[in-house]
Parts: sequence; C-alpha cells; structure tokens
Amino acid sequence: MPLEMSSSVDGNTARLSLAGELDGASAPAVRDVVDGLLRGSPHRLLLLVEKLTFMASAGLRILIFAKQKQPNLRIYVVRPQETVLDTLKKTGFYQSVYIVNSEAELNTTT
Amino acid sequence: MDTRVDYYPTHEHQGFKFRRGRTLPFGATVVPTGVNFSVFSSAATSCTLVIFRKHEQKPIVEIDFPREFRTGDVYSMIVFDLDYEDLEYGYRFGGPWDPRSGQRFDRSKIVSDPYARVVGGRDQWCAQPDWDDVYQHRARLAFDDFDWEEDRPLETAITDLVIYELHVRGFTAHPSFGVRAAGTFAGILAKIPFLKELGVNCVELLPIFEFDEWENSRRHPQTGELLLNYWGYSTVAFFAPKAGYAATGRLGMQVDELKNLIKELHKAGIEVILDVVFNHTAEGDHRGPTISFRGIDNRSYYILTPDGYYYNFSGCGNTLNCNHPVVRNLVLDCLRYWAADYHVDGFRFDLASILGRDQNGAPLANPPLLESLALDPVLSKCKLIAEAWDAGGLYQVGSFPAYNRWAEWNGKYRDSVRKFIKGDMGVVPEIAGRIQGSPDLYYYRGPSASVNFINCHDGFTLHDLFSYNGKHNEANGENNNDGSNDNYSWNCGVEGETSDEGVNRLRLQLKKNAFCILMLSRGVPMFLMGDEMGRTQRGNNNTYCQDNELSWMDWTLAQRNGELLRFVRMMIRFRRANPVLRSNWFYQGRDYVGSGKPDISFHGTRAWAPDFSPGSRCLAFLLCRKHTQDQQADIYVAMNMHWQALPFQIPKPGERESWKIVVNTSMRAPEDIYETSEAPSLNEQEQVILGPRSMMVLIADACTRSTPGTR
Repeated sequence: MPLEMSSSVDGNTARLSLAGELDGASAPAVRDVVDGLLRGSPHRLLLLVEKLTFMASAGLRILIFAKQKQPNLRIYVVRPQETVLDTLKKTGFYQSVYIVNSEAELNTTT
Repeated sequence: MDTRVDYYPTHEHQGFKFRRGRTLPFGATVVPTGVNFSVFSSAATSCTLVIFRKHEQKPIVEIDFPREFRTGDVYSMIVFDLDYEDLEYGYRFGGPWDPRSGQRFDRSKIVSDPYARVVGGRDQWCAQPDWDDVYQHRARLAFDDFDWEEDRPLETAITDLVIYELHVRGFTAHPSFGVRAAGTFAGILAKIPFLKELGVNCVELLPIFEFDEWENSRRHPQTGELLLNYWGYSTVAFFAPKAGYAATGRLGMQVDELKNLIKELHKAGIEVILDVVFNHTAEGDHRGPTISFRGIDNRSYYILTPDGYYYNFSGCGNTLNCNHPVVRNLVLDCLRYWAADYHVDGFRFDLASILGRDQNGAPLANPPLLESLALDPVLSKCKLIAEAWDAGGLYQVGSFPAYNRWAEWNGKYRDSVRKFIKGDMGVVPEIAGRIQGSPDLYYYRGPSASVNFINCHDGFTLHDLFSYNGKHNEANGENNNDGSNDNYSWNCGVEGETSDEGVNRLRLQLKKNAFCILMLSRGVPMFLMGDEMGRTQRGNNNTYCQDNELSWMDWTLAQRNGELLRFVRMMIRFRRANPVLRSNWFYQGRDYVGSGKPDISFHGTRAWAPDFSPGSRCLAFLLCRKHTQDQQADIYVAMNMHWQALPFQIPKPGERESWKIVVNTSMRAPEDIYETSEAPSLNEQEQVILGPRSMMVLIADACTRSTPGTR
C-alpha cells in the first residue's frame, strides 16, 4: 500500500500523519517533510501512525535522525500498530520516543 | 561541503558517478554525498565493484576500478548518489587461476567484502535460500546512528565474573518460551530478569557473526530430520551480526537489535563476551564455496600447503592466515569495531592456538597477532579468553602466549573436576590445585587467567554428565563417530533417563557438587546455559547440527528442577558475597598476616591431615578470612566423593566463633543450602558426617554465636 502523509504545525507542535507503508521508496519523501518540520524547532513531533502498517529500517532512521538532530525534541508515536510498535521495541528506539494511544494522553506523559 | 573539489565526481559509468576513493578504512564507508569503497588484494589483476538493489537478481551497475584508483594493493573509489538503504555490493576480481600456486581468482564470481558490516541473503533463520542467486551473501551498509545514551562497556573485574555460555537462538527457541521474537536477540531481552535472578553477570554468546545455517545442511539418513549448521562456528562475515538471529532481520535492523540487547544487558549489570572464530572461514577447503576471501586473495588469507591446498588446523577445511600482516589487521580492525561500535566487553577465541601459527602453520614463540591483541589500546579493557588448543595437535593450556592479558578455558580444570566428582582415584592432589586457580598452569599470572568450567557447548550438559557413560550422537547422522570420547562421565547406574528415585537423587546431588566446586574455586567460573535447571541433550555431546528441542532451552525445567535452580542461584550469591573466592592472588598456604591460620589449609577426614594418596577420594580445605580484605568469615569446605558416608574432623574455629552450615549437598531443599545470615549452627563443632558423594560448606565468623542448630 503506498504511503500517504500529511503534516501541519500548530505553535510548538508539529504533526505528521502517515498511512500505508513507510519503506525504502517512500522514506526520502518523509525525510524531506520531517526536515521541513524541524526547521521550525518544534518542541513536540506527533507521529500519527494508526494507519501505518509497516515501517522499514529507512523509516526508523528518520526518527533516529530527528531525535539526534534535535535532542530536546519530544517525539510522540500515536497509536502505533503492533508491527510498528514491535519494531520500535526490538531495536530499542521505543525508549527514545513516547508511545501514546491518543493525543489526549500527551499532557499526561513525562 | 558541496564546494569541496574532493566531493565531486570525476568519472561516470552508466549514469553512476564516482571518483578515486580513500584507501582507508577498508570496507564501505558513508562519506558526504557518497560511499567510499576500499578493498585489498595483493595478486588481482583487476577489480570491479558490483552494485545491486536489495534482493534483486541482477546488478544495477558494475564499475571497473581504473588503474589510477589502485594504491599499492588497495582498490578504492567513492560512488555518489547511492541509495544507502537499498544498496548491496560485492566485487569481482580478475587474476590467475593457478591453484598449485595458491591463486584462485574467478571473475565470474561476485565475492563479498571481508569488511562488510551487514550481510543480506540469510535474513530469516532457515528461510530457504534462492540457490540460483549469483550472489548469496550480500554486503550492505551499516548505520552508526544507534542511541547508546550513557552506555559503555562495564569493565567488571574478570575475577568477579560468573559467565553464562548461551546460544542466541537456542536460549529462546523452545515452545516453552512463549514470547514473540523466539530465537532472537530480542528474545533474550525477555529473559534478562531470569539472568539477573540467577546471578550471572556475563553472557558469552556462541558465534553471532554472520554465518550460513545452510552450510553442510543435510537430511539425517534414517530419520530424514533436517540437520543445519546450528552452532555457527563458520564465519561468513566477521564484521556483521547474523541477520537470522534478529527478529527484525528481514527488515535489515539486526545491528540496532543487537546493540539494543547489549545496552539492556549492560543496564542489568551483565557483560557481553562474543565467541569469535578467526581460525577458519565458511569457505571450507578447495571443494567449498567462494564467498569472499578465496576469490579476493587466497594466498594471503589462508595458510596453504606448498602445492596450494589448504592446511586444516581447524578441522573445518581451511585455516585463516592470522599472522599475515593484512589478515592480522583485519582481526584487529574487527575486534576494535565490535568493542567500539557494539560496546562488547570481551571475546572468547575459538581454537585460539591457530592465531599463534605462522604463515606456514608452524607455532610462533612470539605471535604478532596475539601480542597485538593483548596490547591494543582500543581492546585494552576487553576480556581476551583463549580456547588454547587447535585441531592440529597444538595444546597450549597453561602455555598460551598470554602477554599477561589472555585468559584461557582451563580444560584441565574441567577434566579434574569431572573425574573427582565421579569418584575416580588419584585426583585429589590435582583438585587441590584446581580449586586454587591452577597455580601449576598460571603461576606467573594469577587465577584470573583460568576460566574454570565443567561443561560448555562442546560435550555433555551437566545433567547428561551424570546420566550417560557414553555419548549418543546418533541424531547427528555420523554413526556416533563424532563428538568426544573423553567425557569422564558416569551414569549413576542407569544409562539415560530413569524413574528410579535413588538414581535421580544421586544425579541431583552430583550436579550440586559440581556447582559447589565451581563456585568455590578461584579463577573465573563459567557454565553452560540450562545446566542450572538440568537441561538434557539426551546424551548427545555434539549438538552442532541440532536445531530442535535437543539443543533448545526448555523453560519448563525451571519449575520441574526448581531445587537445582535454587541451589545454583544461592551458590552464585555465596561466591559473590565472599571475596576470598574471587581474589586474583594465589593462595600461599601460609599465615602471612599473623592470624594463626594459613590463608588456605588442606584437611582430610582428620583435620590438618589431608590425604593425597592415590586411593583418596576426600579433601577438605579451610580458608582464613583475615588474608582477604572484606572477607567476613572463615570458610571450611569438605568434599567426600567416596561411595560411603565419612566423618570429617573439623578444625577448631576461632575464639568465640562457631561453625554454621551453609551447604550440605546430601540434603534436599531447603536444607541443602542456606543464606549465610540464616545458616544454622552445628550442634557438634568438632566433627561432621558427610553423606556419600556429597559436600559441605561451613562458615565461622566473629559474630557467630553458638546456638542450637539442626544438626
């Protein structure tokens, strides 16, 4: 399933919605969008991934890049599917992000 | 950076732009706007870089290295605008095909980079390969963006280690594991709490460098069972973690997954030692596949006979030419990479004596590689452990070129303890040395040079050591001709599993004796995964090809053999609580602090009178606490390996002290072992009766008061 994405910025919060498969082919486009979002130095990056069914190594690297480029950035992965969550856990990256079930939970995470 | 001239291409071929590269480092390195490829060959007449998209059958381009891109014997180029995530690469080397002179170039073959940091082609364990693929083990790029946070190698003192030898897949592959990611690096994460509770602080992983589980695969001639290369002592790529050991291997994330495992183990205080196999490669002898080294520079990478065949000091077809300067540098580069990029705490070298042979196979008095490894600045805090023998007859236990750094798997400890426990005669004098850390072998080094073990992947499990007189390797399909015949095992009267309660009770007791001796010995203890809960391989002492329940850890044993597991946990705790057992100094056998007692003294059934005669099967020893800093109590250990119960006269404790019993292996739980703080006092302080084939451990400290106990 090809990747569909949309993004927005609201104050200090950047949102990126991803649906479909984030693989090697689609990763460069996502990377460009993330680059653009980070230029505004947001405090939070919300990844709305409820409809993201697959994330390849290239996708994970985008998150790692975002985190390392802006160490104070809080990355929230909202409602990941099990396969995506599994990948984040097995590679250890889940420790660098906040996994939440909804945007409403954002204010309750530390 | 865009304006720097050295990042602009100077050549183009089929739409791919490239320029002369940097000779070092070897391998494929991401540089601004491109990838630097560098590879060595001393005898090739041409070299071509072959690039694929992942998983595709045909290359997308093949770029010949122009003559001006070769510096000495090194070919290097930078290729621009590559998709790093989707890239696979290899090489074709042209040169003479003249096996008698050791040259085996074949341009028709695509060979992998010896410095490949990721290898594709076996991404999922046991997935059927495409045998028609022209390039089976495909080099890929690795990325250095893992977030280690505060992690670093733990640098635990080697004498404080309790090493647990485990097979990555076998540790969690059994159905009883019950968690996703079974048989993988990620699977081990779920068992970190178990390891912590067990008390081990170091895991030694059987080979995790990329290997081919399909190598020498075959069907058992009678049963039809698929037999694989399960253990992995056959390296395809020294710099790459095995993709098939990663739950995310099919996504190419094995690097991150392994790093995450190491990071989590470190958080739990557990070091990671890798079992590394530099004695041979997966290419076998002249009949084997050309994967990498053979097609790049056969004469440099392998020790060859004068007529071009492969010396076989490894028993696996070929022998890596470790003291050739280029190969030596590869080994150094490799280990430095694992230490720096993966935070690995140490390495155990399989058939390490091969690393001390020269380019003709002769043993060296001062092997450059071993010296380099011992004194390397990057590896300076890494444990270096040698399996100090090879398959060519070189046996160097106690004489391995150590440079005051290398520890050794002490095979003599293993054999002595096995013989002692099973009640052989004439072993008592040797046991006295082994429990001291083997000063006969390591006098100039200290006990830290001795890795003490009774069982490892080679040979019987601990349970099988006391369940079988002989090996039963029929499942390997070699007519039981494989595996060691020198097992020093004893079946306690029945061959194999039995419902006889007396036999099973004796077996349990002997296993407790084994762990007791191991944990009370100076040196570095190591034991095999599953021995703490009586894992059996049904008498198979060479399960190299058994990817099934014969090799896998059955986690239901933790409950079924809970008594043994509890005993082992508490013995490890006892060791860690008593620094006298972990000192790196040899006992002197004399009182050098004026305590009134020697640091160690030996006894027999009579105090102060050890019996070292050939017929003796008993020994006791007393450790005085005052010769070791922070040691709270004297420790008295009595070992009765006779088939009859025997009285042991105990040395008198100090003034206002009394003996308490911590361990009595002839008893069932909970009276087999106590926490030190709960150990009951002996009713009779002058003598104890040891049951047949049992051990006792007593402690006495200044705080002990004589209170009624259970004995």
